[in-house]
Amino acid sequence: MDRIPILKLGGVLIVTIQVDMHDRLALALEEDLTAMIVRTGARAVLIEISALEIVDSFIGRMLVSIAAVSRILDADTVVAGMRPAVAITLVELGLELTGIKTALNVERGMALIQSRLAEEEEDGCGGDREVHEG
Amino acid sequence: MTVKSTKVETLPIRSGDDVVRVRQRVRALAIEIGLGLVDQTKFVTAASELARNALDYGGGGEVRAEIVQAGMRKGLRLTFEDQGPGIADIEQAMTDHYTSGGGLGLGLGGAKRLSNEFHIESTPGAGTRVTIARWK
Repeated sequence: MDRIPILKLGGVLIVTIQVDMHDRLALALEEDLTAMIVRTGARAVLIEISALEIVDSFIGRMLVSIAAVSRILDADTVVAGMRPAVAITLVELGLELTGIKTALNVERGMALIQSRLAEEEEDGCGGDREVHEG
Repeated sequence: MTVKSTKVETLPIRSGDDVVRVRQRVRALAIEIGLGLVDQTKFVTAASELARNALDYGGGGEVRAEIVQAGMRKGLRLTFEDQGPGIADIEQAMTDHYTSGGGLGLGLGGAKRLSNEFHIESTPGAGTRVTIARWK
């Protein structure tokens, strides 16, 4: 079965969606990301969607669901690189990406994640985190 | 003004992969009639919502795609049909965030907002037919 690859860069998991999403792929991505957050102790997930020609409520629901599960596992979700036409369409569709932070591109998404992680460390709530191997 | 169809084709909606194929075909036809990028994106998104509705709530069905012409204007019309349980209360089903399944409840209302024309008829126990059109 196809799978979307997940890269780990420091405490961040990076996913770039390059294919037209269908049900099985969306479910597999959600499962893989969840397992990988727990395994690596990642603090953030960056999902890059510049190749997506549309985001309908099915894909929107997948993104919201990934963000909700990540949140429970103490990781932030940032969606980066949405096309302008997709953004316009999402507003008209009425889809709210609840719990998701967005960034114009991967670079800005990484900067957003890093500044949040730095903030947390200053507050003393970041840093030490049990990592489950296995 | 009389509207005439110049190109008609039918695509099945039986699986998630079919929904992807419907999106790709609608995109190609939208480009063919010269819709701009934002309009293409809106209409493909509307088609995706309705194809998924037909699959998830109607148990599958089909879509008829037509390039239509009224005078000098060209448009794309899509008719989604399923033989599912139908919708008893269409007004309620059109309301944002109302859902009878596990969805977000944006499909019908969203598809209407993303189209120039929207028409729905449904017979409980017999099925649902939704027609949308976007004009250039």
